[in-house]
Amino acid sequence: MSPWIIGFGVFFVYPLLATVFLSFTSYDLISDPIWVGVKNYVFMFTSDPLVWTAIRNTTYLVVAITIGRVGYALASAMVLSKVRRGSGVFRTLFYLPALAPPVAAALAFVFLFNPGTGPVNQVLGWFGIKGLLWFNDPLLAKPALTVLALWASGEIMVILLAALLDVPTEYYEAAALDGAGSFTRFWHITLPTIAPVLTFAVINSIIVGLQYFTEAVVAGAVASGSSDAVGSGTQLGYPDNSTLTFPMWLYQQGFHYYNMGYASTMAIVLFIVSAIFTVILVRQLRKSGMTEED
Amino acid sequence: MQKILPVAALGVAALIALSACSSGPSATGSKLAPLPKSSDKITLTVWSGFTDSDLAALNTTLAGFHTLHPNITITSEGSQDDDKISQAIRGGTAPDVAISGNANALGQYCSSGAFQDLAGYISRDKVDLSQIPLAVQKFTSYKGIRCAMPLLADDYGLYYNKELFAKAGITSPPKTMSELAKDAKKLTELNTDGSIKVAGFVPTIGFYNNRLDVWAPQWGAAWQSSAGKSSLGTSSGWTDMFAWQKSLTEFYGADKLTAFTSAAGQKYSADNSFQTGQIAMMFDGEFRTGFVDSQAPNLKYGTAPLPVADKLSAHYGGSDIGGNIIGIPKGAQHTGAAWQLIKYMSTQTAPLVTLANGLKNIPTTLDAIKSPDLVSSANFAPFLRIFANPNSSSLPSTPNGGAFLKTATDFAVKWQTGGTTDLSAGLSAADSEITSALALKAP
Repeated sequence: MSPWIIGFGVFFVYPLLATVFLSFTSYDLISDPIWVGVKNYVFMFTSDPLVWTAIRNTTYLVVAITIGRVGYALASAMVLSKVRRGSGVFRTLFYLPALAPPVAAALAFVFLFNPGTGPVNQVLGWFGIKGLLWFNDPLLAKPALTVLALWASGEIMVILLAALLDVPTEYYEAAALDGAGSFTRFWHITLPTIAPVLTFAVINSIIVGLQYFTEAVVAGAVASGSSDAVGSGTQLGYPDNSTLTFPMWLYQQGFHYYNMGYASTMAIVLFIVSAIFTVILVRQLRKSGMTEED
Repeated sequence: MQKILPVAALGVAALIALSACSSGPSATGSKLAPLPKSSDKITLTVWSGFTDSDLAALNTTLAGFHTLHPNITITSEGSQDDDKISQAIRGGTAPDVAISGNANALGQYCSSGAFQDLAGYISRDKVDLSQIPLAVQKFTSYKGIRCAMPLLADDYGLYYNKELFAKAGITSPPKTMSELAKDAKKLTELNTDGSIKVAGFVPTIGFYNNRLDVWAPQWGAAWQSSAGKSSLGTSSGWTDMFAWQKSLTEFYGADKLTAFTSAAGQKYSADNSFQTGQIAMMFDGEFRTGFVDSQAPNLKYGTAPLPVADKLSAHYGGSDIGGNIIGIPKGAQHTGAAWQLIKYMSTQTAPLVTLANGLKNIPTTLDAIKSPDLVSSANFAPFLRIFANPNSSSLPSTPNGGAFLKTATDFAVKWQTGGTTDLSAGLSAADSEITSALALKAP
């Protein structure tokens, strides 16, 4: 038995099967699990008052983060691929936010976007724009989280930059001789060439959105003024549950409400959704010839 | 590969089946562990969530126990929250004694056997529980199972700014909610653009310690009926409370309040808006006196019991009480010595007072709050009286970690932001959600 099989079994197959089993039980983390059949699944889709809110919030973040992150990273990478002098400095500056710990980044953003004392509203005020409530407004809290995710999208930018620099220059030269404009060159040369990497970036961003947790917990706790990131959890999802994501609700159910059976049910659903996107990724990569067929 | 995967899956399935059937380390059961002899050399492990100066205060108290019992050495580990305690119990590596700051978890700890039942020890050693107020006894037991003892408590009172009171011509703190609303309006000052400069009282649920568990007892709003069912929709105190809250919110304007609270300093930071004079009155725990002493020593403030609903004026003087719990986790190695330490920490005046002085909390026995060694002040003393007041109460314990608080708070937020206008229907719906969530637990 090769070593990877052991690792695969212990760290993937066993936890997965255990989670599937626990999803059909009532399990409080201490007592033995008790088989309850599909009760947790029924509760999830019919009675949980917050699961749909969490699904809506996560869906929003998946869509916004994927479009925004890939778009921002691609635009940044295209600009950086053209920079000749000081390219190393600019690449470092764009990549650096990706290295910031999520908790520190979330704290900094809540400070920057503080409605009363934050510099963002002060700058807006110079232009006569009335400051917004950002993380304290249920309508703006998710867009603010999205901006935070964009700021930290350096790793996607680096991958796309590498792909862009890999596009053979002869293609552009030939297209230019044929009279192709910059948009045409981008559409017919750049995009098809970097498509596999772009696909990876999209799926990676979808998974980041599906698993969005730390930044949302910290930003909600700090913006509420409570400083109680954990504990009773009454401020979880502040303001008005607008930042309550699916993984956050899963964690709250499992570790604070001691409903690990139900949390496992939620984990299975999240796994299935993530798996669907992963299958799409693999198929797309295979289609574009990025991976070898088995 | 195709042959190996099914084999691996089978093996893994077998592992799951085994792990699902195992019950981990067994609890002590009905047999009580004897107290250790003085010749027994024992090392007790104590876990708590304390850090820094709080942990140092705990360690000083534990050192007092070691002086009395030199054969028992204590290893104290801080920063051990409830997640870590639960993991250790599951993994069979539980400490001998666990201190949790999350009393909401008690229902789960007692019902699952995560913390061992102490009733036998209490009875054997003739511990007098009557020295612990009823409200405190209540939040440290679940359905008659006493799986923990209290270790310091928090209660809540009204903090008021004396200078702002004098400026507004108010001579004494309000005792009823009508008086509170009247004084709040008097104390409020606006900026030229209409925004709030000084808020007399911020009525926003979720802001600082404007928590439902703090507010509800002052309105006689019951969390559960005598049958143990959620009673948000049937206890009239809830509708009274939310109507009052809405009325005061409308006085300020919801948008102005949101702008004010959004710009307010963090609850426990030096720029807390009460400490900076931007809030004239607020509800907070006794621990705030310690924060003011260190962060805003020049603030001229007073403390008093929380106001009550007008029709409950006879109940003035009490509040919600919560606090730390101390227990013996399932799988503890030295149960007898662990109980000896818990008895010392939770029932003896000297250690309780030492710890209370260090943490600026309330010691949890009626004897300890009268101790001359307890460091008190004019602003701390009201909290000692609130603690002993028979009108004080505590949250009910539930097996899902106080999930009802989140449901009720979500409704409150929806109500105060105009997301729902039918108070009665909303409260009844919250009752259903709370009941439904409890049904997730095994029968």
